[in-house]
Amino acid sequence: MATAVAPPPVVNDGTELLPKKLVRARPLFDPPILKRAIRESFVKLNPVTLMSNPVMFVVEVGAALTSVFVTRDAITGEHPIGFTLQITLWLWFTVLFANFAEAMAEARGKAQADTLRKAKTETMAKRLLNSGGKVEELAASRLRAGDIVLCEAGDNIPGDGEVIEGIATVDESVITGESAPVIRESGGDRSAVTGGTKVLSDWIKIRITSNPGETFLDRMIALVEGAERQKTPNEIALNILIAGLTLIFLLAVVTLDPFALYAVRSAGAGEVPSVAVLVSLLVCLIPTTIGGLLSAIGIAGMDRVMQHNVLAMSGKAVEASGDVNTLLLDKTGTITLGNRQAVEFIPVDGIEPAELADAAQLSSLADETPEGRSIVVLAKAQFNLRGREVHDLDAHFIPFSAYTRMSGVDLDGRQLRKGATEAIVRFVREQGGSVPHNFMDVSDRISRSGGTPLAVADGGRLLGTIHLKDVVKGGMKERLGQLRNMGIRSVMITGDNPLTAAAIAAEAGVDDFLAQATPEQKLQYIKREQTEGRLVAMTGDGTNDAPALAQADVGVAMNTGTMAAKEAGNMVDLDSNPTKLIEVVAIGKQLLITRGALTTFSIANDVAKYFAIIPAMFMATYPALGYLNIMHLHTPQSAVLSAVIFNALIIIALVPLALRGVKYRPQAAEIMLRRNLLIYGIGGIIAPFPGIWLIDQIVHWLHLA
Amino acid sequence: MTAIGILNIVVFLLVLLALTKPLGVFMTKLFQGERTFLHPVIRPIEKLTYRLCGIREDTEQRWTQYAASLIAFSLASFLFAYIIQRLQGILPFNPNHFSTAHAPSGATPMTPDLAFNTAVSFVTNTNWQNYFGETTLSYFVQMAALTVQNFVSAAAGVAVSVALIRGFARRQANSIGNFWVDLTRATLYVFLPLSLLGALFLCSQGAIQNFKANTTVKTVEGASQIIPQGPVASQESIKMVGTNGGGFFNANSAHPFENPTPLTNFVQMLMIFVIPAGLTYQFGRMVADRRQGWALFAAMSVLFLAGVFVCYPAEQAGNPQLTKLGLETKATSVQPGGNMEGKEVRFGIPASSLFATVTTDASCGAINGWHDSYTPIGGLVPLFNMQLGEVVFGGVGAGIKGMLLFAILAVFIAGLMVGRTPEYIGKKIEQKEVKMAMLALILMAANVLVFSGISSVANFKKNGYWNPPGPAAANINNDGPHGFTEILYAYTSTNANNGSAFAGLNGNTPWYNLTLGLATLIGRFFFIIPMLAVAGALAAKKKVPVTSGTLPTHGALFVGLLIGTVVIVGALTYFPALSLGPIVEHFLMREGKLFSSLFSLPIWS
Repeated sequence: MATAVAPPPVVNDGTELLPKKLVRARPLFDPPILKRAIRESFVKLNPVTLMSNPVMFVVEVGAALTSVFVTRDAITGEHPIGFTLQITLWLWFTVLFANFAEAMAEARGKAQADTLRKAKTETMAKRLLNSGGKVEELAASRLRAGDIVLCEAGDNIPGDGEVIEGIATVDESVITGESAPVIRESGGDRSAVTGGTKVLSDWIKIRITSNPGETFLDRMIALVEGAERQKTPNEIALNILIAGLTLIFLLAVVTLDPFALYAVRSAGAGEVPSVAVLVSLLVCLIPTTIGGLLSAIGIAGMDRVMQHNVLAMSGKAVEASGDVNTLLLDKTGTITLGNRQAVEFIPVDGIEPAELADAAQLSSLADETPEGRSIVVLAKAQFNLRGREVHDLDAHFIPFSAYTRMSGVDLDGRQLRKGATEAIVRFVREQGGSVPHNFMDVSDRISRSGGTPLAVADGGRLLGTIHLKDVVKGGMKERLGQLRNMGIRSVMITGDNPLTAAAIAAEAGVDDFLAQATPEQKLQYIKREQTEGRLVAMTGDGTNDAPALAQADVGVAMNTGTMAAKEAGNMVDLDSNPTKLIEVVAIGKQLLITRGALTTFSIANDVAKYFAIIPAMFMATYPALGYLNIMHLHTPQSAVLSAVIFNALIIIALVPLALRGVKYRPQAAEIMLRRNLLIYGIGGIIAPFPGIWLIDQIVHWLHLA
Repeated sequence: MTAIGILNIVVFLLVLLALTKPLGVFMTKLFQGERTFLHPVIRPIEKLTYRLCGIREDTEQRWTQYAASLIAFSLASFLFAYIIQRLQGILPFNPNHFSTAHAPSGATPMTPDLAFNTAVSFVTNTNWQNYFGETTLSYFVQMAALTVQNFVSAAAGVAVSVALIRGFARRQANSIGNFWVDLTRATLYVFLPLSLLGALFLCSQGAIQNFKANTTVKTVEGASQIIPQGPVASQESIKMVGTNGGGFFNANSAHPFENPTPLTNFVQMLMIFVIPAGLTYQFGRMVADRRQGWALFAAMSVLFLAGVFVCYPAEQAGNPQLTKLGLETKATSVQPGGNMEGKEVRFGIPASSLFATVTTDASCGAINGWHDSYTPIGGLVPLFNMQLGEVVFGGVGAGIKGMLLFAILAVFIAGLMVGRTPEYIGKKIEQKEVKMAMLALILMAANVLVFSGISSVANFKKNGYWNPPGPAAANINNDGPHGFTEILYAYTSTNANNGSAFAGLNGNTPWYNLTLGLATLIGRFFFIIPMLAVAGALAAKKKVPVTSGTLPTHGALFVGLLIGTVVIVGALTYFPALSLGPIVEHFLMREGKLFSSLFSLPIWS
């Protein structure tokens, strides 16, 4: 059983799906990041690049337009420029603030990438020539897929590959952020190594599987840096929506010009609003808040996944994880602890349970495996047998070996052994003992129920059986319950027989299970769910998981898994913790909620801005419109200016929210919608009123307008 | 407001509620090809129609084919209507000799631009009228061109709605029905029986139905008066059921021959709303979740009540300047009080306010009073109703399409807030749907705003061809914001395919005939075609199963969200324009500034 690296304990208070401590967390406003972002904000003013963001592009065109008018007025000296100049500056700030939000998100990714890039220092590789064992030194960048290299203690692994010979401990902290070394060996599911990691002890021979520039580390750098970032489908659709709204507001503002002309003519008073005022109205109306923050939200979502030590191959995968309807969870390591625990002592006829427990405990005292410890614990719990000091007993411990398939202790001439039933039976017979005819029935029964029987013997005397059982992780039932509240079905995948599977499924509270699952069955299950319109997420590590990982909408491969699995999935969990799937879903949802919340907020904000600007615009033509000035803003100029300032500042104010994501609790959709509509919808309508009023007070106090 | 007035409104909604389900069930069966109680009578006619027209009942169309059929049908209808209007002088049933050498004095000539405007108007179910029926059109044109279009343009509207509903109901399908079959069924099973019943009822109440020439009578005072005649009841009935709204007479449903009694007034309003309301139920039935249909019904009802209860109090309050002059504006047992200008005494304020709201909630456009004479806020309600896209029950077919467009938008924006990519009725709302919904919204806004903008400032040569009165703004009846509202209302009404007139705008000039006609065409086809594209895209999708993580779209929360989306999108688009029209006029009225009529239009014949 490849239980590989024990996952770090998840900090969870039961209400949060997201753990609080993150390996790669970074303070929001890290000074170097901040510096880089500010520089980038100006670079991003380039209209060619800004064109991809229609909302901000319109703001920039508006700012450029008012700049021209300010310059003209400054030269001719015909009109006072104070007001137009301030509007112009704030319009430029609006663009800069939006650029800053995006740059912040990107800079955080770039900072991650820089850390990774350090691991990419030019290393030398020891390439093996033919099979003769001759070694040639060359730069890692010259290695090609198919080359075989030797890595010894202290060497950096020169590229991604597969261990074909040897066993070694490897420091993978560059990739995983986890400092504890892991074991890599040939064959099985622990054979994959990643370029840039370091061999700490022993040696391994590696067959290189990637060409330079295409290694996992390269891809990882590109991904966290956002170089390969493509807009996700939902992001594109949202962009269409806000671009469409921008067009509608453009129409509303442009046609306001002839409407105003008519009004001025018929009222015989006032004048048509200036370009600066019309541009201000336009900028206030178009959804600049979401337009400025949309890409930052997307990048930050990817970054958040990275902070949870999961590498998402595309933003689309993160988005899809919010949509997942069905989670396929591997039983071992995800739902159960993966370590079996002793739950019962079953003596053979004529043996007291206490004697069996005593022997079992003695034979397990030196056994540091979780199974061994659980036997000691059970013996103490059931028969009050205290753990005795190993050194006092003058005992000789016999460690477990794959050959004998048993372990035990030689003590006071007694030979206590525990191990696989067949192995112990053979041992008892060798010692001249006999085996009761119904002994095998007990172990069969345990096997059938999904447990593992462990036989115990004292020399030739067979004592009985220990029942080892899968233990469902603490809190798992609650977490699966939360998933159910969110409308996500959990499906347990296990190689166990249906009876066992049903027992564990019931205990863990999963909605369905797939017993004696073969990779093909897994694939079929996914396909069937998908034809019914569901989105499926799963984790996997073995090569035979690859087809299912590729088929699933969200396939999270374990970093300890094989290259084939990592390539088939669209995410890699660097901690190799299958429970992470639940967190990934939560992050996906959080990303979508943030997007929706800020869009709603952005549109809801417009209501107040109308009340600020429309009466101001027509104060001279129709003083009666002053009734609409419900905020009692001081002057028409200060009203327009305050609305523009509010509009710019709200972008900056919401940067932390965009980067962190809105608070997310696993709740039913209706409750979540009500809460978010209240905060971002109703709140979005109300908030600008006091905001604009306050700015107007300050503007007035400073005599700005 | 009076108790009887409020009761009138409440009873109206309750009767509508009672009619919604039976009609919805009937239409669901009909359009799903099941047998209805009318089949024994109508099925043979239906079959005969298919045989004569070469329609294959069992073939289905992709959305593109469906749209192409609709356009082809509309084009043919347009040409037919245009030609017989131009030829009315030599065609039969023209006892008043319009468009001939013997035309009575004061008759309006049927110019090419007026014929274009009228043909477009009726083919698109708009029924904007730049002519006075009784002084312009022969009975043959009224019946063969206009009344026929009243049936089939309405049936086409229903057909498109049914196609859109199929888009939501079907899964992984590439077709959305057959336009010709839907059109035939809507006409034969829905509109014919309902209008037949309606016509008989109207006749029983005093509406006229004859082929006599206009008669001249001596009044009591000894003056001579022309009393118009004609086949009124038949056109009147389909005018309401088909939410066409084009009156036989210029005075429309204010005319005693069209709408003789308060009872006919009540029934006429029901006739406007009954099919659109039935469609909400049909929607719920066809997507196999009736609550979804009722949710739409609820959202529409709330918006409807909001409209009435803004309009009615505003009208009942009347003009504060008159109150200051010491006039009694309160309702008493002997007089209605409030603002009775431009309203029929037999209907009074509540039934007039209700009618104005209903006719603009739906794309009907029939009127029983002069919207131009309403108070600024009272007039704002019909205007804003149309600007919202007539989603409150809406016209036959148009209402549910508009409401579904807003549902798509609401779900798309707010649906994200439940942490899933948006879905509605199990259908993922993605790029294509958003693109098409936005396209429709943008074009509708552009249509109203751009044409209104041009007409508020455009200059034409006085007595020239395009606009003989001179500048486009010279055609309005009132100065100031009220005059602006008249222009805005005209393009809003044509864009929304409503056809009701604020009046006060002389639209029978080449400039207005053409631009209003264009606005009508854009409003019809650039709304319908994107929605058919949405139907096609939705039909092809899988249906996502409903879980507790799904945004519920049947509860009060969603109804509120939907209403919010409709109102906010509408308000944000039109607030600047409205603030320079009815809103400022309202404030000015309170300050004592009113806008009198600039010149007198020959409104009443």
